[in-house]
Amino acid sequence: MDWFPLWNSLRIAGISTVVIFFLGILSAYYIAKAPRIVKGVLDVVLTIPLVLPPTVVGYLLLRVLGPKRPVGAWVLSVFGVRLTMTWWSAIFATSVVIFPLMYRTARAAFESFDETLAQSGQTLGLSNTYIFWRVRMPACRQGILAGTVLAFARALGEYGATSMIAGYTPGRTATISTTVYQLWRTDNDALAFRWVMVNLAISAVVLLAVNLLEKKQAPGRSG
Amino acid sequence: MALFVDIEKKLGDFRLQMRFEAGNGVLALLGASGSGKSMTLKCIAGIERPDKGRIVLDGRVLFDSERHIDLPPQKRRVGYLFQQYALFPNMTVEQNIACGVRDRAARTEAVREMIRRMRLEGLEKKRPRQLSGGEQQRAALARILVNEPEVLLLDEPFSALDSHLRFRLEQEAREVIGRFGGTVLLVSHDRDEVFRLADRVALMKDGSIEAAGEKHAVFAAPRTVNGARLTGCKNISAVRALDGEHVFAQDWGLALRVDGDVTGVTHVGIRMHDVTPCPDGAGENVFRFRAAEEIENPFSVTVMLRPTEAEGAQPVGMELPKEEWAARRGAEIFAALPPEKIILLRG
Repeated sequence: MDWFPLWNSLRIAGISTVVIFFLGILSAYYIAKAPRIVKGVLDVVLTIPLVLPPTVVGYLLLRVLGPKRPVGAWVLSVFGVRLTMTWWSAIFATSVVIFPLMYRTARAAFESFDETLAQSGQTLGLSNTYIFWRVRMPACRQGILAGTVLAFARALGEYGATSMIAGYTPGRTATISTTVYQLWRTDNDALAFRWVMVNLAISAVVLLAVNLLEKKQAPGRSG
Repeated sequence: MALFVDIEKKLGDFRLQMRFEAGNGVLALLGASGSGKSMTLKCIAGIERPDKGRIVLDGRVLFDSERHIDLPPQKRRVGYLFQQYALFPNMTVEQNIACGVRDRAARTEAVREMIRRMRLEGLEKKRPRQLSGGEQQRAALARILVNEPEVLLLDEPFSALDSHLRFRLEQEAREVIGRFGGTVLLVSHDRDEVFRLADRVALMKDGSIEAAGEKHAVFAAPRTVNGARLTGCKNISAVRALDGEHVFAQDWGLALRVDGDVTGVTHVGIRMHDVTPCPDGAGENVFRFRAAEEIENPFSVTVMLRPTEAEGAQPVGMELPKEEWAARRGAEIFAALPPEKIILLRG
């Protein structure tokens, strides 16, 4: 059995989760403080990928990043790099799809944060950066952790947008989900089943990890 | 040590307009909720920004709208004690105290000294939620004091506590404030707490100070209806001036002789414990009342007295020790509203 799809799925999900972790948290932090109208508009725009069919996301991404489209053509002419049909093209797809999950859970966590903690930190002379990473983030870690794991799990399972922008090339762009589809389509039922079992095992491990993390961190939670 | 504040801030229909100066000692801002007390503290700390005005602490300008000075909270050196203490839940007591030390080199020593001074030994590694209310308050004060603030701002520190705990924590805070020695601003809606802790009192209404002064003077003569209520006066009646020294209290239907100038007086007040039974029925401002209602307090009785000559009038409350009421009790009773105890109120 060629393990490439497993490795490829993990690195795509891992990288996009790290990117979206920071992007989602920063957007959530700044948007939570924005004026009401700005907040309302941005909220809709940033949450839309959550409710769009992944194929629509894939289509829109191809319209922007495709080799004959504005951004894709520009990158191709300046750097000589094609943005589609490589293994890392899938990172664009998974990032767009998982962003709303991270953003929304982080925002909910920030909104329930007790602002007097930040205010007291300021009067104690602590920098805003210190307060953000050492006070606000730890206080919100339950929500943020849940969002991160959910985003990672969703990235691992991404199929629609990924298959449109990265395609299926065995040994190059194949992920677990595209592999299962290919194997089933070509009547290789036994191998497809093995990949399904692998996917189930990973999902179980991820969920188990969340439960263990939450149990371990529970004593530090503020009452 | 002196704090000078002259600020304005509009929030919807509410308008905060504060102007005061506070020297060493405790100045209490006493006001009902929504009167702008906490907002004032937040403006001084730099958490909220006034629309215009000036805030000067010991000659250091913290805020000046005309000169475009607005120091961030980090640079104001203001110690702010929040109602729920705002200790960082993810840090130990020690870490909570250490994070506020500005001088990194002296940090360990300063934290150890503060832990000893605030009697927190043995609790260094505990998290805030593992502490009792008193320990939390001491930890919060330690964290503030180790930072060497130039002014202490106490934002209703005791109002969320049970009454038995409250008295003890109040005494502990009093000790700390005494040793601090500088300017302390206390915000509260509790007149007893204010009277016990403060040296000077400012009475607030709708975003501004109505009256201010030494606490005994302010409590003895609150000057306005709002001030009388804030200082705990429960008998208040609108009045009409009769002559130079008599007024007619409309709510009670009683003509009263009063001490002092009656020009501009709109209301009078008298504290419940200043209304005294008068068995022989002779003397000034003595009237016949019907005891309409008796309310038993833990150590006293409040009797609601309705003037017999004025039907439909509002009752006057009289508070007296239980034994005294037991001896004097009756359906009808003579009681005096002594002129020297009547508070004259203007507006």
